[in-house]
Amino acid sequence: MISTFLYCLKQGVINICRNILFSLASVATISACIFLFCLFFSLIANIQNMTYSAETKVGITIFFNEDLSEEEILAIGEEISRQPNIREMKYISADQAWESFQKEYFGDMEDLAAGFADDNPLAGSASYEIFLNDISKQGDMVTYLNGVTGVRRVVYSNTVVAGFSSLNRIVGGLSALIIGILLAVAIFLISNTIHVAAAFRKQENQIMRLIGATNFMIRAPFVVEGLILGLLGAAIPLAGMYALYIRAAQYFSDNFAFLAGDSSGVFEILPVETVFPSMAAVSLALGGGIGFFVSFFTIRKHLKV
Amino acid sequence: MIEISNVSKTYETGNKALRNVNITIKDGEFVFIVGKSGSGKSTLLKILLKETEPTYGRVVVNDMNLQRMPRRYVPKYRRRLGFVFQDFRLLKDRTVFENVAFAQRVVGTPARKIRESVPAMLQLVGLSSKYKFYPSQLSGGEQQRVAIARALINRPEVLLADEPTGNLDSQNAGEIMKLLEEINEKGTTVIVVTHSREIVERMKKRVITMEKGMVVSDVKESGDTHD
Repeated sequence: MISTFLYCLKQGVINICRNILFSLASVATISACIFLFCLFFSLIANIQNMTYSAETKVGITIFFNEDLSEEEILAIGEEISRQPNIREMKYISADQAWESFQKEYFGDMEDLAAGFADDNPLAGSASYEIFLNDISKQGDMVTYLNGVTGVRRVVYSNTVVAGFSSLNRIVGGLSALIIGILLAVAIFLISNTIHVAAAFRKQENQIMRLIGATNFMIRAPFVVEGLILGLLGAAIPLAGMYALYIRAAQYFSDNFAFLAGDSSGVFEILPVETVFPSMAAVSLALGGGIGFFVSFFTIRKHLKV
Repeated sequence: MIEISNVSKTYETGNKALRNVNITIKDGEFVFIVGKSGSGKSTLLKILLKETEPTYGRVVVNDMNLQRMPRRYVPKYRRRLGFVFQDFRLLKDRTVFENVAFAQRVVGTPARKIRESVPAMLQLVGLSSKYKFYPSQLSGGEQQRVAIARALINRPEVLLADEPTGNLDSQNAGEIMKLLEEINEKGTTVIVVTHSREIVERMKKRVITMEKGMVVSDVKESGDTHD
């Protein structure tokens, strides 16, 4: 079993060396394909992370007409909370708002706020903070909230939502298109490489058949060849991507620290340790999978029991 | 035993390669099949190798009916046959040892067993000292010996040889036929397709003559007509 495996491995490597130019072209195309895949994977992973952060950290705040009593506000809140896209709602009474304001702006200097002791300057600023399940539907929610009787003002961040939703769509679509084209080219090139290798080994395959080799044994060196080409085509861009990602993350934190450190904490780049394992696993599976299946099906045409 | 009963073969082109052929070959026999080009000799070998199917008739090799054999069993069946080509069909980029070992490697024989059996087989065909040579460094006769060693390494019950001396001078041809005779004496059934009357007459073995896809004569070693 081990000797059979080693034999197939050796023959696969020999196949690659025999058609080194075709093999290099195949590896280069898969590398390009997987590099772009990694690039878009990183982008999408970060955008999704930012979207998730936005969904958890960026909320909609609604204020009510000043003449409403707390009971009326709570009743309106109860009605709003029935909306299916709402994940969480937090009621902040006027007193809580004033307390929070005092802590944030006066800190330990409580005497500065003493002048307002019995007169809450934020009276009538009771609010609800609303967090959504899907931030891309924030527009619909804002429209709904603006239509609710008693709601005075709806505060939300439109740019974050619009940015993430459309960026996610554009990057996703673009990556699918480019990867699709490159994938087709990679499949064509690997298939061609295997065809050439099969032509080189035509006599050998004929002898193998007559000696009594199974289709598995005849096919194995070609499948190994395809698998090696695919895995090489994935490993090279992965190594490049690892280095590039670390540099890009460093550049982002050096030059756009004000974004990463904003109050919402939305613009944070994922560390390479978080993105790389899944990216490497998917890329190797993609590269190896393309190599394996393309060679497997290509060599079928050359098999005849 | 090989039983070929009422076998006919018509190719898709309409060419009738075999017409109602009946041949029985017993275990351990040495048989020549002779005939002109197009007489159906090669088609008969192809049918025995299960490279092509007969249009009519029945072929049984060692109790295995080839028509009923599932495709997945064909590789196992072929391991019970050895095949020698006129043009040797050696792998030019591999040494003598590797060419012979190749036949065992592709059927999954363990490396340890290959290391034992290949030198023994090379000794049998008289090429022990040339195991590191490449085919281009060997004479035609030596190349055919390597091909025979490769055909025998998996210990087949039947050895099929298609014009094994066709590319050799008379001295080398004689040596190859002597080697095949020795192999036959060890119990292997040997079937040799040839058009060389000289070899056939020298060997004094059973001779089946084919013409236009039919068996026109089947003569025993003694000179009697075969049943």
